[in-house]
Amino acid sequence: MSLWRHIRLGLRGLMHHAEVAEKIDEEVRHYLDQAEAELVASGTSPEEARRTVRLRYGDGLAAREEVGSYGWENLVVSVWTDVRLAGRRLVRDPGFSVIAVLTLGLGIGATTAIVSAVRPVLFDALPYLNANRIVVVADRSEDGTPVPVTFGTYLEVRSRSGSFDELAAYKPWQPTLTWAQDAERLEGQRVGAEYFGVLGATPFLGAGFDPEADRPGGPDLVILSHRLWALRFGSDPTIVGRTVRLDGTAFTVTGVMGPNFENATAPLATVWSLLQYEPVPASFDSREWGHHLQMFGRLKAGLGLDEAYSRIEAVAANPAPDFVRPVWASLKAGLSIRSLRESATRDARPTMLVLLGAASLLLGIACVNLTILLLARGARRQGEIAMRMALGASRSRLARYLLTESLVLAALGAGVGVIVAQPALAGLLAVSPPSLAQTDTVGLDVGALLVAVVLPTLISVIFGLGPVVVRAGRTPLRGIQSTHRGSIRGTLSARRALVVTEVAFAAVLLVGAGLLLRSTQRLFAIEPGFDATGVVVLQVSTTALGRGDDVVHRFYREALEAVRDVPGVRAAGVTSQLPLSGDVDMYGLTLHEPGRALGGDGSAYRYAVTPGYLDVMGVELMQGRHLDRRDDDAASRAAVVSESLARRLFPYDDPIGSRLQFGAAIDRPYTVVGVVEDVKQESLGAVEAEAVYVPSDQWHWADRVRWIVVQANGDTEALVPSIREAIRRVDPNQPVVRVQSMTDLVARSETQRRFVSTVLAAFAMSALLLAGVGLFGVLSGSVTERAREIGVRGALGASRTDIVALVIRNGISITGLGLVVGLGAAAAATEALSTLLFDVSRLDPLTYLGVFAILSAVALVACWVPATRAARLDPASTLRAS
Amino acid sequence: MPVCNRHESFGTETLPPSNTDVIQGTLDMLILKTLSLQPLHGYGIARRIEQVSREVFRVNPGSLLTALKRLERAGLLASSWKQTENGRRAKYYALTPAGGRRLEHETEEWYRRSAAVGRLLGAEG
Repeated sequence: MSLWRHIRLGLRGLMHHAEVAEKIDEEVRHYLDQAEAELVASGTSPEEARRTVRLRYGDGLAAREEVGSYGWENLVVSVWTDVRLAGRRLVRDPGFSVIAVLTLGLGIGATTAIVSAVRPVLFDALPYLNANRIVVVADRSEDGTPVPVTFGTYLEVRSRSGSFDELAAYKPWQPTLTWAQDAERLEGQRVGAEYFGVLGATPFLGAGFDPEADRPGGPDLVILSHRLWALRFGSDPTIVGRTVRLDGTAFTVTGVMGPNFENATAPLATVWSLLQYEPVPASFDSREWGHHLQMFGRLKAGLGLDEAYSRIEAVAANPAPDFVRPVWASLKAGLSIRSLRESATRDARPTMLVLLGAASLLLGIACVNLTILLLARGARRQGEIAMRMALGASRSRLARYLLTESLVLAALGAGVGVIVAQPALAGLLAVSPPSLAQTDTVGLDVGALLVAVVLPTLISVIFGLGPVVVRAGRTPLRGIQSTHRGSIRGTLSARRALVVTEVAFAAVLLVGAGLLLRSTQRLFAIEPGFDATGVVVLQVSTTALGRGDDVVHRFYREALEAVRDVPGVRAAGVTSQLPLSGDVDMYGLTLHEPGRALGGDGSAYRYAVTPGYLDVMGVELMQGRHLDRRDDDAASRAAVVSESLARRLFPYDDPIGSRLQFGAAIDRPYTVVGVVEDVKQESLGAVEAEAVYVPSDQWHWADRVRWIVVQANGDTEALVPSIREAIRRVDPNQPVVRVQSMTDLVARSETQRRFVSTVLAAFAMSALLLAGVGLFGVLSGSVTERAREIGVRGALGASRTDIVALVIRNGISITGLGLVVGLGAAAAATEALSTLLFDVSRLDPLTYLGVFAILSAVALVACWVPATRAARLDPASTLRAS
Repeated sequence: MPVCNRHESFGTETLPPSNTDVIQGTLDMLILKTLSLQPLHGYGIARRIEQVSREVFRVNPGSLLTALKRLERAGLLASSWKQTENGRRAKYYALTPAGGRRLEHETEEWYRRSAAVGRLLGAEG
């Protein structure tokens, strides 16, 4: 193999450089000696022979060079020499090199990390066959926002729309898996038998769900995710057909999904079981008519989204006698239909776009900064380049010399970028809310890295070569002469324009970050309606407890007593729903008056609580009384309502003593005994606060997942282990699912907004720094280049103050222009932020003023050093120097 | 890759007028042909080419040794260091089987082309 020989011999040339050179030398010498010896043999005198040979062949030096320079290894050697030369030169100008490399590295690293994190969400297709045919259908509330569908609607759409190959309903499911002496709560879904068919996925072990089993009373079947199978069942290949205990019931494993199966509707789900709803329309007070299901389907091939939309709208608008609808699922507002992709990424999308925009701006700033640095350097080096050309360096040799330097710079920057990108991505994933990024599927995006590296490399090559290109057509002499004259004005004004861009970019980033910071500030200034200080919450799941409500009530009663008995605990309570925890549990309300339509009085958050819950949470009583021990199972039903609900239902009357009914329940109503302040349930920014608190003993079933809220006399968090142990002693099989301090929960409820504002703030600070560096570079370069002019001014009587003012005016005019452009651009660009802002206008004047002030301050600092240096220039010496 | 470049140090005025550098592309073939008779060292090859061509072709050591290095890398020649008759060490080159095949091919090509060129020139006359 000839290639292999080339490589082998070339490598030998590289590694045994001296030996190989020695051999070549010997061969050439032998050649010349032979020529000489032949002449001597034919009778020439040795001196004459030597002279003739030298005349004909030279002294052998040229031959040695020629032979030695053959082979690829010599290219390596000469490139390496160039690289070393470039490295030495960069080291000699450390200010330039360090700034250029760090700037590049920061830009490359940040962009790559962000793109890696957002690409799967923003750009990648979902990993299913013909994924664009999968659409999510939802009901609409009166204001048009999508809400969950009822099973009744699902049945109607499935049989009447004629648009789907498969249509499936599903809902979240969090069963407790029990084995031996341990228990764990799983994330899962209850799904229709068609679910995996819609996704076009089949199990990797076993089979999918049997449609026959999807009916009330059907066999309990379960499909496991690959992860759960590996983690909890040791990848047991014989698992299909065996049973696992979920919520105390034996489920038969029918399949295991493959390792690459992604479940876009619930990325964390590890277990699926069947819905088992009534397959024919059921009575209105059954669960089949509750708004708690999601539904999605695979459109028939060739059916467009618009066509499907109009067919489904037609179904919604024209009720059929076979499908009678209750008032709360009348489909009056129509149905909503979106692609699965859009539906799965809807929440994260605006955030992602903002992050991507910010990263692009940062890379843009880095590139602009690099260009400025290279131009400034090129201008400073015109003399050197001209001198080298005068001394005989060819243009191509000079180009290679400058190119190597640019490439070394770019390579170093890329290196720093790669080093920065990995931890930046890890950090990004660590602080990003789970809805934004699937941590285990995100890796460093090689494509993004390449783009982020190539762009600045191109820039550094183009602008690094600038000096040679500029020199084209000029004689070296003129170049040398012009060094100290004004010929560099051209690039100076280009650099000024670039700094204007840079300041503008920085202004956009600063405005974005400022608006988000102010939103976050506003949010956390909101009163949540409770006092969370020192409160720890524990969520306990009793889904695995036996049948019947009594066992559940008894467990929570005993657990609560056990927790209250833990030394140091001041008070404790239990609730079915906890503010800002992600729980959403709402019921339709009906005033207990003759002639009221069921559910006609709006809906409210329902909290089934023990007496003491409102006290531990510090929810203030406005009127009447709190729930207490009197309100037990035997007593008449009592409820406490929130202030806003009381105000809406009873604007003129005393709410105390009036009566309410929930949902479709027609039995005994609840009597309002008290009014408490409003509590933020879904988020700090939410306005919805209508709520009803009822005693859990009086609610018509027992909630199986509840929160125990605890407050201690001292540090509550220190008591967590003993509290856990107390609950475990009551029943070790009821897992404590989440433990958190309430303060933490409040802070985390705004992770997404907080996350974006943190990232933007970091970017904005970098941008500010880079813009400052750029401005400083340009001004200080201009002082050096205009030393002569400044000298003349000094000589003509300008005072130091005049000269300082001259430089600062220069800087301020650049910054001012950048600010005008940047703040204008920000006013347009912050449109993208609008969904992330809270209670702050995107044109918030305070933010814009703040950015103006900060950038001006940075500009002044950046001006100051060059200005004072200009003032210290000695007129006489600068004039003499030129 | 310059097979033959003129060296400034090579005083052309001292050479006979018909004397010329080996034309581009033919040096490889001449080397292969020369070595097909017997292994030789660099100077030996040069002398042989000059003698057989009756001094029409001139070979300079830089071009020749580079060509040898290139042919060796291409696997057409093999080399080894041996003692010469007068007791010095020299690098001897020999044809490899691949080199033999290449020579055959090049020779054929050469005759084909020169015949064509000859026909063209003859037709003009």
